[in-house]
Amino acid sequence: MHITQAKETRHTLAVMVDNEPGILARIAGLFTARGYNIESLTVSDVTADKAVSRITIVTSASDATMEQILAQLDRLIPVHSVTDLTALGPHVERELALLKVSGVGDHRIEALRLADVYRARVVDATTTSFVFEVTGGREKIDTFVTLMREVGLCEVARTGIVAMARGAKAV
Amino acid sequence: MTELSGADILIEALCDLGVEVVFGYPGGAVLPIYDALFRSGRIKHILVRHEQAATHAAEGYARSTGKPGVVLVTSGPGATNAITGITDALMDSIPMVVITGQVPTALIGTDAFQEADTVGITRHCSKHNYLVKDPAKLGATIHEAFYIATSGRPGPVVIDIPKDVQVATARYAKPGPIRHKTYRPQVKADQPSIEAAMDMLAAAERPVLYTGGGIINAGPAASQLLCELARISGAPVTSTLMGLGAYPATGPQWLGMLGMHGTYEANMVMNKADLVVCLGARFDDRVTGRLDAFSPHSRKIHVDIDRSSINKNVRVDLPIVADVGHALEDMVRVFKARRHPKPDLRAWWTMIEEWRDKRSLAFTDLPSDIMPQRAIRALWEATHKRNPIITTEVGQHQMWAAQHFGFEAPNKWLTSGGLGTMGYGLPAAIGAQVGNPKALVIDIAGEASIQMNIQELGTASQYRLPVKIFILNNEYMGMVRQWQELTYSSRYSESYSDALPDFVKLGEAYGWKGIRIQTMGELDDGIAAMLDYDGPVIVDCRVAKLANCFPMIPSGAAHTEMLLQASEVSGEMDDEAKALV
Repeated sequence: MHITQAKETRHTLAVMVDNEPGILARIAGLFTARGYNIESLTVSDVTADKAVSRITIVTSASDATMEQILAQLDRLIPVHSVTDLTALGPHVERELALLKVSGVGDHRIEALRLADVYRARVVDATTTSFVFEVTGGREKIDTFVTLMREVGLCEVARTGIVAMARGAKAV
Repeated sequence: MTELSGADILIEALCDLGVEVVFGYPGGAVLPIYDALFRSGRIKHILVRHEQAATHAAEGYARSTGKPGVVLVTSGPGATNAITGITDALMDSIPMVVITGQVPTALIGTDAFQEADTVGITRHCSKHNYLVKDPAKLGATIHEAFYIATSGRPGPVVIDIPKDVQVATARYAKPGPIRHKTYRPQVKADQPSIEAAMDMLAAAERPVLYTGGGIINAGPAASQLLCELARISGAPVTSTLMGLGAYPATGPQWLGMLGMHGTYEANMVMNKADLVVCLGARFDDRVTGRLDAFSPHSRKIHVDIDRSSINKNVRVDLPIVADVGHALEDMVRVFKARRHPKPDLRAWWTMIEEWRDKRSLAFTDLPSDIMPQRAIRALWEATHKRNPIITTEVGQHQMWAAQHFGFEAPNKWLTSGGLGTMGYGLPAAIGAQVGNPKALVIDIAGEASIQMNIQELGTASQYRLPVKIFILNNEYMGMVRQWQELTYSSRYSESYSDALPDFVKLGEAYGWKGIRIQTMGELDDGIAAMLDYDGPVIVDCRVAKLANCFPMIPSGAAHTEMLLQASEVSGEMDDEAKALV
C-alpha cells in the first residue's frame, strides 16, 4: 500500500487575534493537530492599545483543506477575523532578512556590489565582515541569500512573510 | 463591596449560573475550593472514585438534562485523568465546564508537586480554556466559560485556577448578559437559504432527513419541529448514533440508524436519495462509509452551527450555518407559508418498503443461549413504558442497543459516539440519575467496557443512586473480535476477556444487588427482578459468545456493500482496508 498526496497550492493568510497568552500556541497547535502545513508564521500586535495581534501565515493546502483551515481558524474563540489574501486578489508580501558575510579582499567588494544591486543596506561593518539588511518578496531574498553564499555568507536571519492586500480596503 | 477569596468567588459565580451539582474529586491544589464548597453548602457535590468518571458523569448529567455539567478536580493527575472525558465532550458537543486546581502561580513551570501544564494539555481537546492568574478576573472568566460551553456548538471549557488565586481576595459582581468581542455563533439562518432548502425539499422525489446530535443539543422543541417537518414533507428520517430519540422509533417515517451498523433501509435510502437534508450531523466516517460512493445521486443541504463542519468530509450544495432548532422552526414555517403541497413520495416509499422487507436487524434465537439482540429487546419490552434513560459503554453491546432499543424522545440516549470511550456508561448513568432522580437509568454494558470505570459502583452506593447495569457478557471484546474475524482470519489477538470477576459478588461487595441471567428462561424474570429492586443492580447477562453485530459496512466500503449476516464475513482484507479505522 502507498499513500498518495493531494495537490497543494500556497496561500497567505492574515489572522487578527486577541493579543493574549497562549494564542500563538493555539494557532500553531491547530495546524499540527489537524495536519496542516505552516511555511511561515509572523506575529505582532498592531493596534494602539496592543489588544489585537496580526498573524500572517503562509500555508500550502488543497482547495478543500484550505476551506477547512479558514473555518477551523475562525472557530477559535480569540480569533477576530481570518482573511485569505491569496484568494482575495493582488497583495503585497514582504520579508526582511539579515545576512552576515565574512571575508577579505575581492569577496568584500563583490558582496557590496551584490548588495547594491539588491538594495540591501549595510547595517554593521568590521574589517572582516558585513551585516546586510534586505527586504523584498520571498524569491528576491532567496536569490540574494544564494548569491551571498558564494562571497562568504556565514549567518542568515529572516522574519517570515508579512502581507497586505492592495487597494484602499482594510481587512 | 467586600472582597471574597477566589474560591468563594467561584462558588458565588456557580450559584449565580444556576449550578446545582458538581462532580469532582478533591486534592491539594483545590483544597481552598473544597473548603468554600463545604462552608457554602449551596452546591451538591458528587464524589467520584476517579476523575475520568467525574467528566463522564457530568456528560451524562448534561446530555440528560440539557444543563451544563460541571467538574472539579485537582492539579496534575486530577487534570490529566479528566482528559479523556474532556475530549469525549468535545467530540460529542456536550456542554461542560471543568475547573482544575493548579499549583500556585509562583511555582508554575518549576515542575512542582502535582504540576501539569493543564492549559497546554487541554488546548486542543477543549472548546476553550483559561489559566486565571488574577482573582479579580475569575468571576467574569467563569461566566464567560459557561457562555462558551453552552452556546454555539456546545463543548467543554477548562478553567485552571492556581491555588494562590483561590486564596487571594477580589471583588465579585454578577455580570450582565455576555456579549463576547470575538465569539458570536450564528444562531439564525439567512432566510433565502431556508427558502431555497424548502423549495428543494418540496421538489425532491427521493428526499431523506439525516439527523444528528445537534437536534438533541438544540433542545426538545427541535425534536418536535423535526417531527413536524417530517410530517409535512413526507420524507423518511434516519439518524446518527448521537441523534437517536429526536424522531421517535415508532414513528411511521423512521428508518433506523444509518452508517456502519445502520439498517439496510437507512443506508439504501442514503445511497439512492436525490436530496439529503442533513440536520445537526457532521458526515462522520462511521456514517458515510467510502466517501466517493456516499449518496452519489443526491443534492445535499447541511444545517450546522459549526461552519467548520460544512464541506469537511462531504461537499454540500446548500450549506446553512445556524442552530438547527432555529433552522427547523424557519423551515416548517417557510414550507407552510409557501403552500408547498405534501410531496407525492409514493414511488419512493414503495422502494423503501422493499428495503425494509429485508429485515436487516433480524436474528435467529437459539434454544438455550441468549442472543444479545434478544436481551436488548427484552429489556426494551420490560422498560419502555417507563421512558428509561439508557447509557452504554462502547462496542457490540452499544450498537445492539442503538439498533434494538427504540428511543421515543430526546435526552434518553447517552453514549460516547465520536471518541468511542469504553468506561463511559456507568459514570454517565450516575450523572443522569443525579440529574433525573425519579428516572429509570440503565447502563447497557459489555463485560470488558464495564471494567474500565467499575470503581464507580462505590459512587452510586454512596449517593443511593438506583442505577442499573445490564452487562451483555460474551467474554470477548466483541467488536475487536468481530473485526479480527472480518479482517485477520479470526486471529483473536488479545480480544478474549480472561480472568473476569464474578460481577454478582463484585456488585454485592459494593452494596449493590447482583443478578445473573444465563438462559432464555431466566431472561424476563431476571429483568423483572432488576426493575423491582429499589436500589442499584448489576445484571450479568450471559449471552451467545460469538454473536456479531449486523448489518455492517466494512471500512472503506460503500453503503450498498453492507454485510447482512455472519455468513458473508470473509477471512482477510487487503492493506488498504486494514489501514482504515
